[in-house]
Amino acid sequence: MVRLLEGLGAFVLEKLTGLGTIVLLYAQTMREVGRRPRFRSILGQMAHLGVDSLSIVSLTLLFTGVVMTLQTADVLIRFGAQSTVGGVIAIAIGRELGPVLVGVVCAGRVGSAITAEIATMKVTEQIDALRVMAVSPVNYLIVPRMLACMIVVPLLTVFGDIVGVFGGWVIAVFYSGITSYSFLDSIHRFVELFDFTGGVFKGIFFGNVIAVLGCYYGLHCPDGAEGVGRATTKTVVASIVMIFLLNAILTFFLY
Amino acid sequence: MIALKHVNKNFGEKAALKDISLTIEDGETIAIIGGSGSGKSTLLRLLVGLIRPTSGEIWIDGQDIAPMSEAELDQVRLSMGMVFQYSALFDSMTVGDNVAFGLREHTKKSEAEIQQIVKEKLHQVGLEGVEDLMPNELSGGMKKRVGLARAIAFEPRTIFYDEPSSGLDPLTTEKIDELIIEMQKELQVTSIVVTHDMASACRIADRIAMIYEGELIAFAPVKEFQALKDPRVQAFFHTLRMERDTDRKGKEGIL
Repeated sequence: MVRLLEGLGAFVLEKLTGLGTIVLLYAQTMREVGRRPRFRSILGQMAHLGVDSLSIVSLTLLFTGVVMTLQTADVLIRFGAQSTVGGVIAIAIGRELGPVLVGVVCAGRVGSAITAEIATMKVTEQIDALRVMAVSPVNYLIVPRMLACMIVVPLLTVFGDIVGVFGGWVIAVFYSGITSYSFLDSIHRFVELFDFTGGVFKGIFFGNVIAVLGCYYGLHCPDGAEGVGRATTKTVVASIVMIFLLNAILTFFLY
Repeated sequence: MIALKHVNKNFGEKAALKDISLTIEDGETIAIIGGSGSGKSTLLRLLVGLIRPTSGEIWIDGQDIAPMSEAELDQVRLSMGMVFQYSALFDSMTVGDNVAFGLREHTKKSEAEIQQIVKEKLHQVGLEGVEDLMPNELSGGMKKRVGLARAIAFEPRTIFYDEPSSGLDPLTTEKIDELIIEMQKELQVTSIVVTHDMASACRIADRIAMIYEGELIAFAPVKEFQALKDPRVQAFFHTLRMERDTDRKGKEGIL
C-alpha cells in the first residue's frame, strides 16, 4: 500500500513538474517575443508549418462537411426543416468542428514536425552550439514557431470552415435536393459572425498549445533516435488531449 | 585566465565531479583526459556554462560565471569558441552560413565582409570552395574543420574542443591535432581539449589534467605527467603503448 502511494505521489510530482516547466517555457517565450523579432524566420515557419498543411486540412474538413450533411439533411428534410440545413452545418463547423479538427490535424502535422526538428537538434548538440554562440534557443527556435502557429492555425481554421461548408453545400444541392438558395439563405438567417470568429479565436489558443508542447517535448527529448520518436508521439497525444480540454472550456465561456 | 575553485557537480545522487580546482593561464593548451564517464565532458560543459556547478566557483577572465544569468553568460561566451564532438553543425544551413552564423547574430558587418571572413576562416582550416555544401555532404574530418572555422570566426580568446579526434581515423586525427597547434600559434588563444586519446594529448598540450571517477588526480606539464608513478595514469599510458605496438605490428605485417 505504501509503495502504491509512493508510486502515485512520484507520478503526480513528475506530471506537475512537467506542467510547471511548460508554463515556465511559455512565459520565457512570451518574454522573448519582443526582444529580437525574426520576421524572415516567422514567415519561413508559417510557410513550412501552415501552407504545407493546407491539403490535409482541406481534405479533412471537406469530408467532414460532406458526412455532416449526409447525416443531417435526410433527418431535417423528413421533419420539413430543409431550410435549416445550411445553418446547422455552418454553425457546427464554424463553432466546433472547424477549429477542433484543424487543431487535431495541426497537432499531428505541425506539432510532430516541431518536436522532431528540435529534438534532432538537441541530440546532435546543435542547441548546445546555439547557446555556446550566445544565441538564445528560445528566441531563435521557439518564438518563430510559436508566432507562426498562433497566426497559421486560426488562418487554417478560416480556410477549413469555408471548405467544410462548401462540402456540405455540394451534398445538399447535388445529393439531398436542397436548393442552393435555401442552403445559403439558411446560413444567412441562422449564423452570426461570432459563430465563426469564436472558432477562429479558439484556433489562436490551439496554435499556442501545439507550439509550446511541440517545443517542450523537443527540448526535453531523451538522447537517441528512439527518444526523438517517443517525444514526437508524446507531443501529438498531449496536444490532442489539451485541444479537446481547452475546447470544452472555451466553448463554455464563449457561447 | 580560467580558474576553477572547489567545483562539485552532482547529477541527482551521483557525484560527477568532486572538488576540482585548477588554473589555466592565457595562451596555454590544456588537455583534459580520462576514461569514458570520468567527468571530463562534464567539466567542459561547466566551463562554457552549459550546465551549472552544484558548488564552487568558475572564474573566466576575472568573472565568476557560476551564479550568472543566461544573458550575462552570453556576454562571456562571446569570447569563447567550441568545437563539438560530433561537430554540431546546423544541418539546415550551408557550410558558409554555419561559419557566418555568429557574425550575423552578433555583428553589424556587411554581407560582403562576412563572406570575406567566412572564406578566410575556411582557408585557415584548410578548406576552400565548400561554402555552398550542406553539412551532410562532408566527411567526418571536414565537419570537424568546419566546426573549428565556425568556432574561430568570432575571434575567440578561448577555444574548447570536445573529443576532437573522436570517430576519426589516425591520419585525420593527426591533421586535426596539427590544426589545433596551428590555431594556438596563429591566434594566441587558450585551448582546452577534452580527449581520451593520450597520444593526441601529448602532441598538442602544454599541460595535461587527468580526471578519474570525477576527481582531478593529476595536472602537470606533459613531460612531468608522463613521469608520474600513479597507477591510474600509468594505466592510460599502458593503453597508449599497446595501441602503438598494434599499429607497428600492423605496419610490419605481423598482424
